Amino acid sequence: MKKVKEHAEAAADFIKDGPRTDWHDDTLWFVREKRDLAAHTLPEWEQLREWASQIKNHTLSNLDEYLKNFEINAQSNGVKIHWAANAAEHNKIVHKIIQDNNIQKIVKSKSMLTEECHLNEYLIQNGISVIDTDLGERIVQLRKEPPSHIVLPAIHLKKQDVSETFHRHLQTEKGNNDPQYLTEAARQHLRNHFVESELAITGVNFAVSETGGFVVCTNEGNADMGANTAKIHIACMGIEKIIPKAEHLSVFLRLLARSATGQPITTYSSHFNKPRPNQQMHIVIVDNGRSRQLGRADFRNSLKCIRCAACFNTCPVYRRSGGHSYHTAVAGPIGSILNPNLDMKANADLPFASTLCGSCSNVCPVKIDIHEQLWKWRQVIADEGYVTTSKKVGMQGMALVFANPKLYRILGSIGRKTMKLFPFLVNNKLNPWYKQRDMPEPPKESFRDWYKKQQK
Amino acid sequence: MSSRAEILSAVSQNKPTLVPLPTIDFNELIRYDDLVAQFKFAVEKIGGEVLFFENEASLFESIRLQQGQNRVINTLQMNDAEKISLSKEHASDLESVHTAYFRGEIGVAENSAIWIDEKAMVNRVLPIICEHLVLVLDKNAIVATMHHAYQKVNVKAVGYGTFIAGPSKTADIEQSLVIGAHGPRSLKVYLIG
Amino acid sequence: MKIALFIPCYIDQFYPQVGIATYQLLTKLGCQVDFPLNQTCCGQPMANSGFSELTKGCDQNFVRNFKGFDYIVAPSGSCVLHVKEHLKDDQNPSEAQKIRDNIFELTEFLIDILRVKNLQSTFPYRVGMHNSCHGQRGLHLSSMSELMDSTFSKPEQLLKQVKGLQLLKPVRPDECCGFGGTFCVFEEAVSVKMGKDRIAEHAENEVEYITAGDVSCLMHLEGILKRQNSKVKTIHIAEILNHMA
Repeated sequence: MKKVKEHAEAAADFIKDGPRTDWHDDTLWFVREKRDLAAHTLPEWEQLREWASQIKNHTLSNLDEYLKNFEINAQSNGVKIHWAANAAEHNKIVHKIIQDNNIQKIVKSKSMLTEECHLNEYLIQNGISVIDTDLGERIVQLRKEPPSHIVLPAIHLKKQDVSETFHRHLQTEKGNNDPQYLTEAARQHLRNHFVESELAITGVNFAVSETGGFVVCTNEGNADMGANTAKIHIACMGIEKIIPKAEHLSVFLRLLARSATGQPITTYSSHFNKPRPNQQMHIVIVDNGRSRQLGRADFRNSLKCIRCAACFNTCPVYRRSGGHSYHTAVAGPIGSILNPNLDMKANADLPFASTLCGSCSNVCPVKIDIHEQLWKWRQVIADEGYVTTSKKVGMQGMALVFANPKLYRILGSIGRKTMKLFPFLVNNKLNPWYKQRDMPEPPKESFRDWYKKQQK
Repeated sequence: MSSRAEILSAVSQNKPTLVPLPTIDFNELIRYDDLVAQFKFAVEKIGGEVLFFENEASLFESIRLQQGQNRVINTLQMNDAEKISLSKEHASDLESVHTAYFRGEIGVAENSAIWIDEKAMVNRVLPIICEHLVLVLDKNAIVATMHHAYQKVNVKAVGYGTFIAGPSKTADIEQSLVIGAHGPRSLKVYLIG
Repeated sequence: MKIALFIPCYIDQFYPQVGIATYQLLTKLGCQVDFPLNQTCCGQPMANSGFSELTKGCDQNFVRNFKGFDYIVAPSGSCVLHVKEHLKDDQNPSEAQKIRDNIFELTEFLIDILRVKNLQSTFPYRVGMHNSCHGQRGLHLSSMSELMDSTFSKPEQLLKQVKGLQLLKPVRPDECCGFGGTFCVFEEAVSVKMGKDRIAEHAENEVEYITAGDVSCLMHLEGILKRQNSKVKTIHIAEILNHMA
């Protein structure tokens, strides 16, 4: 099995293409700027964030009751509820519904949960193919790569890349990079899949406990096209998608699109409560580590996430490393505090893929203390032994020196003198600092030396 | 233990101490001097078009005059039998619909969203599959924000309903905005009153 | 008021001129400043790498040195933030708390405590403003571009008092420089790319100097500038505020 590159190495590969990195960085920064403009239109923006944060805090503190209520209300609407403890169970449940109904034609709109569970791969292994209908997701599906951003799945691709992919798979004109032309080709290609679909899988943006219904937000209309055509609709949701009442949707719908793309709202905010006559509607409620995260006092706030990706767009590291460097379904800053809970060993590198600048926490519409959780995850990861031995030994050495003033002064002085007399000892390839930066000039005396002279 | 029991038990054990819900103070919300003007501005910004009609009669006349070769569905002037028949049509039949007219219930000034439920849609897939969408709205049915909208609309009373804001679109190809993704290529809002 | 000067380890060893400028500036402004001689480090490098449990000895040394003062002032936002949030001494908890409550970064001390309005300094150059992240977002030294907040900046308020200084701001007002502690070596590629991008923005403003409240940012940017053989120099805000004709 191919070894998964850690973030630092994958990011270094990404950056090798300087112009493409600049383009990726500029594109996502532009989305951040659009978010700022949208936030500025509402004088109550910071208050909205506070309300959203408190609604989510309250919900998590009463989550089991809200889930039970949601189930009762959904069932009385004629919706079938399934519970999946983990990704494998989620996949089996979806597979069973497909098999029981002899389904061949399946369309899926964007669901990060199904990415997290690797649903598509599981179904393919069982001889079932699913068509991803979100344009960005369809593009990466045809290219056999994962999405790199949870809202803008194909943000890492240029129009030439899309053109080549569509030429190969949809027989579009070679070299025609016009987004209008390419989108039209996708519209025609996917329209058949929609009209013939027998089963539609959607995600859930918000599940309303009070009504037993759920809301799906899209700009393309693909979730509605599939769900309103197919005779079976399966909606997949994590347990944390619950909100108490329909009126709370006003807070979240005002924040979601503005935070994600700078639009005041997505084109469609669709409320699914009951199936059509002669339609089956299923909701699969998934845990997959969320209840464990709920029990981590330092990290449970990460479950407030509404998957807007504002943190991705503002993160200077994400913009310059690309989503694939994070080797998980949900990348970026929020991914770095969610994924270590799923698999600490595999994701031990992620909380370190950050300078802790704090911009992410500021843009988060539900006030998750992302940068503080990144710091706290580092303590847990070091405690669990997932930091390299050399790093650990280095830190132990540092701790010893800084606890001992005399030792600190002696080593400091020796260090400076050595650098002055033998610069090549630090100015070489073994020193990662020196690769693209000069070392600082070692001064003759430390501040303390100067101060002591002063006092005489 | 079933997965359901396992999950609920884990959640019950791991959840933090109960904290209260916040109170949403409507005095904090943005106010607009002219709701209709703000609504129109928001519709146009999002790629839609607004037309004004004094009354339903002039609106229906306008629809009648636009009839041509294309298949048009006007749900505002359908009788019950026609509605029942339409509700049974499949997406494959409705693909050919060029323009569809629906009555919207509420419009939201801050973002141009219009609430329309399945009763008004008659067929759930029709507003999505038609090439061109027209939503008819009473000028006085425009509220300032989503908070006001949820006060007026009972979202749980229907099996399906949606807020529609603008024509379908995507920017998934190098962030270039393309109007007309899978859903309608255009949205016109007819304001009456 | 009894004021203790905290000079972060890398300033003490590599950029003593920043410590000297801080000391001289505070003295000029009428402060009685002490420098506890056995200070070493705030413990941030270990803590940020996941080893906060190793900082016990370092923390105890910090408390030993800085207890008993009314204020502790340091020319570093990130070190001050770290002490405020993480300093712990189980043997002297109330001393540790007092330090946390009374430790200030230089510009916030000058604005909030000394209320400096009339500096007698000059620095007739084009200077690019870099907002060091921990000072800005952690200590709230200035408003942040992400928040819908009224605009203010303690560092800029001081720089505006310096005669002849032309303050120029980059297009992205508060993007991180990429230093990030051990990040600068463990994620070297991203770190340097971030630094190069900051420098490019300042270059568009044709600055002669880049200034910031944290030497860590400046050390990182200076390393890149020197490698580029650039004429642009870095200078800590204390050095500018202390600069006479």
